[in-house]
Amino acid sequence: MSAAPAYDAAERAAREGYGKLVAFLAARCGDVDAAEDALADAFTTALERWPADGVPRNPEAWLLVAARRRFVDRVRRERSADRAHDRLTDAARDAQAAFERGEMIDDERLALIFACAHPAIARELRAPLILQTILGLDAARIASAFLTSPATMSQRLVRAKRKIAAAHIPLRIPPDENLAERLDGVLDALYAAFAAGWSDPIGDDPHTHGLAFEAIWLARLVAASCPDEPETLGLLALMLHADARRDARRDATGAYVPLDDQDPTRWDAAAIDEAEALLARAARGNRIGRFQLEAAIQSAYAVRRFGHDPDRSAIVAFYDALLARTNSPVVAINRAMALGRLHGPNAALAALDAAATDPRLATYQPYWAARADALARTGNPTAAHDAYTRALGLTVDPAIRRFLTARATREGGAPPPDNRRSTPERWRSG
Amino acid sequence: MQYLLLCYVDDEKRSYNLSGDEGRALYGSYVAYRQALQDAGVFVGSNALQAVSTATQVRVSDGKTTVLDGPYPDTKEQLGGYFLIEAPDLDSALAWAARCPAATEGTVEVRPIMPTPVSV
Repeated sequence: MSAAPAYDAAERAAREGYGKLVAFLAARCGDVDAAEDALADAFTTALERWPADGVPRNPEAWLLVAARRRFVDRVRRERSADRAHDRLTDAARDAQAAFERGEMIDDERLALIFACAHPAIARELRAPLILQTILGLDAARIASAFLTSPATMSQRLVRAKRKIAAAHIPLRIPPDENLAERLDGVLDALYAAFAAGWSDPIGDDPHTHGLAFEAIWLARLVAASCPDEPETLGLLALMLHADARRDARRDATGAYVPLDDQDPTRWDAAAIDEAEALLARAARGNRIGRFQLEAAIQSAYAVRRFGHDPDRSAIVAFYDALLARTNSPVVAINRAMALGRLHGPNAALAALDAAATDPRLATYQPYWAARADALARTGNPTAAHDAYTRALGLTVDPAIRRFLTARATREGGAPPPDNRRSTPERWRSG
Repeated sequence: MQYLLLCYVDDEKRSYNLSGDEGRALYGSYVAYRQALQDAGVFVGSNALQAVSTATQVRVSDGKTTVLDGPYPDTKEQLGGYFLIEAPDLDSALAWAARCPAATEGTVEVRPIMPTPVSV
């Protein structure tokens, strides 16, 4: 992504306008794919030209005018055989008429987000679908963040959009009685987008930080539309806390810096202030949830910027509540680490042993890194060394790999030269 | 927009003996459900099927017709009947599917009906 502010502003305006138009047209013709297709060329042109020529006064109107030829072509090609295309043409005419009267079209992106995160859409496709329809990200970019091939991702997205049209998945904000439940699906998807491409969303490489920026953008959009939903505010607060530490996660040489060793002056104070304000607002809703708890944990760590020590027992209490709610092995590991800071490494090891009954942890890098850290603190360098080596063999991030290599070396002997997992005995004797 | 609600239920447990209390209660719940669909004006049609053990398969390949007893699928839940309903969107169809006794007994699959193509 370009760092030039003018380019970023133009890109943002193009994506805002594109998303609004796709949502407006799709809500009226029921066919997301048709709406996207109608706007595709105009959007590409906008992304090319606006950074140089400047953003037009009404971005949506500009896009619609630029898309007109495509509309005409499409309608002619389809010979109006399909009612969806008639409705698409009608919707485009409605939008055009609104612009001519000097009005803005309604922002219906939230309705489209709810359709993309509908329970009838496969869970793992909800975030990719939102990123594509609302922000116009291409399948290749989404595929790389979700570790799949562009062809596969593209095919699955097409199929999901076809399902929205064929099964008439409604493009609307759900009624109050279903809203809370359906919002969970939306927030889950946004968090998945935030986490995509990070092996650990709370502490990974700032340069390959996946889709964090896009996810924060989307969370702001949802928070603005559902300002009274505490979990929405909690999710945005969590994202901002994590993002605030982006630069501090690397030292001058690009090496990974764990949270406890980070320099708080390198945290983004404005982002943390905003996160804290959001969390306070969420708390007034008196409905605690997963994202508020996660944000509260990040908030507890953030007091270091005022020179205070984090309240370790409060952090463990938040993790207890989170574990009771999610029963997630990842939460169990983080809780074990927090417990270790409060009661010592043996407490951490006991908690990790209890969590290890979940077979997925055998190939989960943070589990082995947590275990290694606790073992090192109990004064067991041999076992720590083995655990660091297992973590090393499972990491995908070069900076984390360097960090783990250094730790493994500190605990005893050089790690294997090719960084691949091998039996510890072999290279310890070698 | 029409949706077909396909009711997949355990063939073994599906009681054709309506003299038993359980069988009568189950039958009654389907009758009530059908009535609710009709009262709401969404009912288009429905039928219950005989057990899968009464089924016969026909296949034609290379001009040769093969008739087979069966199928004998491994899964416990079999297609036991259907309801065809008219609903404005998937959410509405899913809400009706959830009320179907088969959703409690087994699984209801909701399939949108393909619209008739415009004649060429």
